[in-house]
Amino acid sequence: MLESETVLASALLAPGMLILVLFIAYPFVMAIWYSLTSISVGVAGEFVGIANFTKAWADTIFQQAFKNTVFYTFWATIFKLALGMWLALLLNRSFRFKRIIRASMLLPFIIPTVLSAFAWRWMFDPTFSVMNWVLFHSGVITDRLPFLSDGDWAMWCAVLVNTWRGMPFFAITLLAGLQTISPDLHEAAALDGANAWHRFWHVTWPLLMPVTLVVVVFSVIQTFSDFQLIYVLTGGGPANSTHLIATYAYQIGVASGLLGEGAALSLFMFPVLFGVVWFQLRYMKRMEGH
Amino acid sequence: MKRRKFLKATGAGLAATGLAGILAAHRAPVFAQANTIHILRWNDFVPAADKVLREVYVPEVQKALGIKLNVETVNANDIPARATAGIQSGSGPDIIMLLNNYPHLYASSGVDVSDIAEEVNKAQGGIYPASAQLNRVGGQYVAMPWSTVPAMIAYRKSWFDEIGVKEFPKTWAQYHEVGKKLKAAKRPIGQTLGNTFGDAPTFTYPFLWSFGGQEVDAKGKVILDSKETLESVRFMTTFWKDAHDEGGLAWDDSNNNRAFLSGDICASLNGASIYVASLNGADKFKTEKGAPLHTDILHAALPAGPKGQYAYGTAFNHMVMKYSKNAKGAKELLRWMHTEANYEKWFTVQKGFAVGIAQKWESHAMWNNDPVMLPFKTIQRQQTRLMGFGGQPDKRAAEAWNKFIITVMYAQAAGGKMSPEQSVKWAAGELGKIYT
Repeated sequence: MLESETVLASALLAPGMLILVLFIAYPFVMAIWYSLTSISVGVAGEFVGIANFTKAWADTIFQQAFKNTVFYTFWATIFKLALGMWLALLLNRSFRFKRIIRASMLLPFIIPTVLSAFAWRWMFDPTFSVMNWVLFHSGVITDRLPFLSDGDWAMWCAVLVNTWRGMPFFAITLLAGLQTISPDLHEAAALDGANAWHRFWHVTWPLLMPVTLVVVVFSVIQTFSDFQLIYVLTGGGPANSTHLIATYAYQIGVASGLLGEGAALSLFMFPVLFGVVWFQLRYMKRMEGH
Repeated sequence: MKRRKFLKATGAGLAATGLAGILAAHRAPVFAQANTIHILRWNDFVPAADKVLREVYVPEVQKALGIKLNVETVNANDIPARATAGIQSGSGPDIIMLLNNYPHLYASSGVDVSDIAEEVNKAQGGIYPASAQLNRVGGQYVAMPWSTVPAMIAYRKSWFDEIGVKEFPKTWAQYHEVGKKLKAAKRPIGQTLGNTFGDAPTFTYPFLWSFGGQEVDAKGKVILDSKETLESVRFMTTFWKDAHDEGGLAWDDSNNNRAFLSGDICASLNGASIYVASLNGADKFKTEKGAPLHTDILHAALPAGPKGQYAYGTAFNHMVMKYSKNAKGAKELLRWMHTEANYEKWFTVQKGFAVGIAQKWESHAMWNNDPVMLPFKTIQRQQTRLMGFGGQPDKRAAEAWNKFIITVMYAQAAGGKMSPEQSVKWAAGELGKIYT
């Protein structure tokens, strides 16, 4: 029977499909169903149509959380890309202890987010911030900087920590991409009189585009649905200035027990992320066509 | 051994352990399972209390009730997630400790424990009204109140003395004046207005009430947008700038402890954990003159506003879960824990950090041990209001509480993000969406 290609293929695909159905499709369908009902913890609730979505849409905390999520994702991705690219270009050169440095660069990425977020929280602590201490005692500032106690500052701090954590992923992936670019191309461009910037812009960047796109898409998905970092760093405060969709959905769904509303809130992420993935798939298809 | 002899011998042995009875009853043995109770509680801020559970209660419960007690403790913030998972999947701990008004949220999942509550009520001088209200839904106790951690202001006696203040301010206006002077001397008041479950709402709700503001009326109509509320927000805005450490906008429930212990703030609303920590670390925490810090700490109630004086304690309740296969055993355990002799073992190690749920515990000899803790003895009598006042502390009140609407109303104005008028309007609008 296994000689039939269809049967063999199905048999080989079955475990993977089962995992997808059980752990991805089922929770997803359940989330959609929940979002259409008034379910709360221990109470089955009833079908309410899109009432949860309209309530969320009119909720100013949600509106703020949505804006925050877009802001956070946009700036963190820009910084991660710029700094990751810069780091990758540096690491692509030959220097002493190259391997050790390349490996150690991955540290922020390896440390569990909760742990590193706690460490950053200490560094930004309103009273005991080491940065405030240094700046204060060296006479640079006279009042403590409001790292996490001012809404705008807190958001930029969150962007900074996310960048710090996500940059190595960009750098390592882009470095892998850089190493596939033949040095001959650079040599040829140099002979034609291209300077370093020209060589980057006209040779490296276009060739690195597919890798860059994949890594940006992954990062956007992860950053947009981020939870841990904000939960530990600010809890969404001060005055909701750093709430993301995920942290707010948790607060409503789990802390307040309103599972239906929590599900609706988190599903607002879906169209955005779907758009990002669709864009990526379309682009990759076009690349394959070339 | 011959086969026949072996069967005979083992048969006798098995019969002795009850196999014959099991076979006769045609059902699987449930003995072992039925006598295990899994209780989920928070990591107590007084570790000695968790020790009592594990080292005293566990063996004694085994002896007295034949129950194998399995005590699990987690971070208080993680309990709702665990309870949600348990209730939705229909399996998990037999008893879950729930904070504040969570019994109202999970009311349909709790076993009726009114009989135990009535016994305690009768035997221990009456359960405090707030504790009862938090656990009674539809006329029955869906959970059993266990204890309350009251919040009071811990303050540095000598620093208040130095500016000529011999007695803790009685009103917010006086506290404002005192705080101004102390902040000018780089000794501000420390208070969180962040998104955090304990110290922020236990400060902002009584503050609002003391100015006459309230979330809703008895019919559930939102009446937050009032001149009383506005006055309280305006007051807070200047009070915050003049007298507080403005970093408090980002504090969680532990920042004030650290700031107080390191001598950065003059006063802070808190459970007694600052004082308890200073007692336990007498060698480590000193005043600037080198004396142990705990000798310079006193406790005071939140000051009064133009419309009264209020307090808010964090309530801890035990819910016997309906999905539990051994709800009967779980109730037996709760009944056992609430007998005076057993409760006392846990109550005394708290040293006043957590207080009893019934008035009788106010007269316990433990209160004679430390005069600094004495103000906590009767503070629960001041908790005459709960979240969602003047309605019920129900699901809607919990949603407003968990969204930090009242706290954010003050934080937005104090931090300059909105004017007091805008912030009150915003908060009333948000409440309106909950109380539709």
